[in-house]
Amino acid sequence: MTKYRILLGKAGLDGHDRGARYVAHILRDAGFEVIYTGIRRTPEQIVEAALQEDADALGLSLLSGAHMVIFKKVLDLLEERGARDILVFGGGTIPPADVDALKKMGVKAVFTPGTPAAVIVAELKRLLSEKGKR
Amino acid sequence: MIPEPLEELKRRWERETLGKALEKAPERKEEFRTLSGIPLERVYLPDREILEDYAGKLGMPGEYPFTRGVQPTMYRGRLWTMRQYAGFSTAEESNERYRYLLEQGSTGLSVAFDLPTQVGIDSDHELALGEVGKVGVAVDTLADMEDLFRGIPLDRVSTSMTINSPAAVLLAMYIAVAEKQGVPAEKLRGTIQNDVLKEYFARGTYIFPPRPSLRIVADIFEFCAEKVPLWNTISISGYHAREAGATAAEEVGFTLADAICYVETALEAGLELDRFAPRLAFFFAAHTDLFEEVAKFRAARRLYASIMKERFGAKDPRSMKLRFHTQTGGVTLTAQQPDNNVVRVTLQALAAVLGGTQSLHTNSKDEALALPSRDSVTLALRTQQIIAYESGVTGTVDPLAGSFLVEELTDRIEEEARGILEEIDRMGGMVAAIEKGYVQRRIERSAYLYGKSVEEKERIVVGVNEFVSPGEEAAMELFQVDPAVRERQVKKLGEVRARRDSSAVERALEAVRAAALDEEANLMPPILEAVKAYATIGEICGVLRDVFGEYQGG
Amino acid sequence: MKDLLQAARKGDKRALARLVTLLEDDPSLAPALLEGEGEWPFPGLVLGVTGPPGVGKSTFVSALVGKSRRKDPAGKVAVLAVDPTSPYTGGALLGDRVRMMEHSGDEGVFIRSFANRGLLGGLAPGIRAVLRLLGATGWDLVLLETVGVGQSEVDAASVADLTAVLLAPGQGDGIQMLKAGLLEAADLFVVHKADLPGAERVASEIEAALDLSEPGPRGRPPVLLVSSARGRGLEEFLEALDRRRAELKGPIEERRRRAAREDARRLVLDRASARLARALEGEEGLLEDLLEGRAGLDEAVLRILRNALDRGGKEEGERT
Repeated sequence: MTKYRILLGKAGLDGHDRGARYVAHILRDAGFEVIYTGIRRTPEQIVEAALQEDADALGLSLLSGAHMVIFKKVLDLLEERGARDILVFGGGTIPPADVDALKKMGVKAVFTPGTPAAVIVAELKRLLSEKGKR
Repeated sequence: MIPEPLEELKRRWERETLGKALEKAPERKEEFRTLSGIPLERVYLPDREILEDYAGKLGMPGEYPFTRGVQPTMYRGRLWTMRQYAGFSTAEESNERYRYLLEQGSTGLSVAFDLPTQVGIDSDHELALGEVGKVGVAVDTLADMEDLFRGIPLDRVSTSMTINSPAAVLLAMYIAVAEKQGVPAEKLRGTIQNDVLKEYFARGTYIFPPRPSLRIVADIFEFCAEKVPLWNTISISGYHAREAGATAAEEVGFTLADAICYVETALEAGLELDRFAPRLAFFFAAHTDLFEEVAKFRAARRLYASIMKERFGAKDPRSMKLRFHTQTGGVTLTAQQPDNNVVRVTLQALAAVLGGTQSLHTNSKDEALALPSRDSVTLALRTQQIIAYESGVTGTVDPLAGSFLVEELTDRIEEEARGILEEIDRMGGMVAAIEKGYVQRRIERSAYLYGKSVEEKERIVVGVNEFVSPGEEAAMELFQVDPAVRERQVKKLGEVRARRDSSAVERALEAVRAAALDEEANLMPPILEAVKAYATIGEICGVLRDVFGEYQGG
Repeated sequence: MKDLLQAARKGDKRALARLVTLLEDDPSLAPALLEGEGEWPFPGLVLGVTGPPGVGKSTFVSALVGKSRRKDPAGKVAVLAVDPTSPYTGGALLGDRVRMMEHSGDEGVFIRSFANRGLLGGLAPGIRAVLRLLGATGWDLVLLETVGVGQSEVDAASVADLTAVLLAPGQGDGIQMLKAGLLEAADLFVVHKADLPGAERVASEIEAALDLSEPGPRGRPPVLLVSSARGRGLEEFLEALDRRRAELKGPIEERRRRAAREDARRLVLDRASARLARALEGEEGLLEDLLEGRAGLDEAVLRILRNALDRGGKEEGERT
């Protein structure tokens, strides 16, 4: 049985982790193995963790408005390490216009406030099975 | 205790009138509960105890146990302060927004700082990337503070600063700006949040470990008691715990547990209770379950009063008064159908007013997506003004007192909160409880249960899990933070560094270090000297980080 | 897979991570991977770290990694942190790494979180295979952190060279919290959070319990006080670890031999079992016969064994 490994983290200085923790729980409830890396991490730390954990997907929660800068940094780092196959997704206070911009950058899904757990789980399952397990 | 004749009345009603109605149609749900899970009875009846022990349970407003309010006249005497939290990008732009709000009738200022400032680093630090000026104003040196309050007479406004770990630095800057305006520190009115404990379990902008952080808090209490006597030295907060998922009773419990810890810290430092306690202030959330929220505020007042009197032996009634600021719950705002948020905020603001708040911030409708636009923030302010002037609720004190439901809920919440305090006492106090992860686990569990209740539609959120309008995008003008803010700020920082007297800065920082190493010394005076020399917040906090270490979160 | 192994040896942590995943998903790949490597490889030292929830295992492990790296910058340290899989959902929340993020930039550190995935408790078979891999890629110290409830920590003790058991003051029942078997399994005791009041008392309780019990074949374990928060006691712990390692050289080697045999035995049995299961799949009729008394059990078993052997040749090509 395929066990997907998902790494969740918060980069930058924002410390509000209720959303990230809740998503961690619902993903566990849906059968994923979730590695939660906490708050106030640098993009370098998060990417390194994703590589060591051989994560299938990497989710970032951002509520401080720093999302454009941080996602770009994370995607660039993944590119450098030859790990663009890791599925990047995110959540938080991200305005619709920025959601489009992020998707163009390579972020596969953005779950804004109020997205039901069932939707998040279904979407991630779909994206992960499309990607295939190596 | 319900009088027996009424019990008999109720039983007859249940048999006959109610029985017939239920036969025709069952109720919509098996059971009804408040937002925090307290079960609601179908109908409430008068409780004898309220009359038998009115003075003990409710009392008169402005008198122990302050259940009905901390002032005798409440809003008949003076309306609550309409204090909208604001701040973004640069000091100049924030200054403009503050002057606008003052013109529009806001009666106090509330400053939001950006995250780098909140964690004590400068705008050119590598961790500040993407964060400068985003969630609040960037303040690196006294020069920024001067720009922030240009043209605002500090002897005539009251300013609340939402700053915690580096509160000493920002307070020092405020005092220095006032000095330049010719306003002595004794005249300054305002608040610093300065509630470092909640950072560890609900907000995340901690810097140093708990014990040295508490030392800084005590230093601020001591300094202000003498030099800035009108200043509220701390705003002990339950808002953030509630945002993180705590229930109403947990909000009260954790806040008062923090309060107990701060009071003990100050007493251990040799301060006299009745000298610093009158300046302790609180900060709560207001959520949408109206009656529960009103009950929560009343329960908090009554419980705090008894703690101060009985546990700590306060003599001055001012030490027993729980004065608080309220902010409508940010976490209740939805990105879907943002106009609904206006209605939510109205209910929440009404709850805060019926609950007797001293000061209120109402959220803007677009805040689930971005910082508020000028129009949204104006509407949020108008919401308060309409309640104040058009609704009639301000004409009498504690209007919901005596409501059988509200008194019952007040009792319930107080009881639950007391239980939490006992649990925390058993663990050895709030610092121990935080180190053990008790507080965090409880909050996480409440958040998880709430989330599930929404997923399962036990809790309806209009526009989100019911009455949705799919495909309708919010076509709103959202506030955009100028990405060039960081460059401008970094440039300014460079200019200040170039202009200042570097040896004076070095000496000042050395003095800060020496004071930090000396447990008996008060950190405020050397910090004040350092800010006047235009030392940066990163430099000052850097020295403190060296001495105190950094807290490793999880 | 061999390419990945080469890369992992050269320090490519992603390659290592990928191999870990492969072995975790299918431990029986280990022999093929390690073919031609000579002796069944072991890392320098495998230290199990366990104890009841709340004692600060992850914080201790993280501090130990830091201390160890500073003391011996040439020595590579790996951490395997195991958390339980939810028996209801099959998912897991792996929250140990969150306390170890300070080592992200250190080339000589590799940290990996594992969900137990065990069906009956016990340590996931993948862990044993991963230890082989870490041996084959030159890791000097491996810290195996397990939650101290259920069966897993006792199993971990059988997989590790040495086991450190952590306790902390203010944890309620103190030494009674140690599950049966853990007191005996400990090669070192650590009273963690030693900066808190009550630490000395916990240490005395442990010493008293050791006084009352028979010294095992591994001798009496030392009791150390450590405060990761204050950075105290870690040096002493590492020294005690070295001493224990020297003292127990013989038993450690013996246990490794046994572990290698056990691994081999399990691999053979698992593979054989899988083949028998496949052979049984097409034999509904045989089961019917057995149930209705037309065939005896021994007869049925012989038929299946023959069946499995016959299919054997065809199956060789199926494996990677």
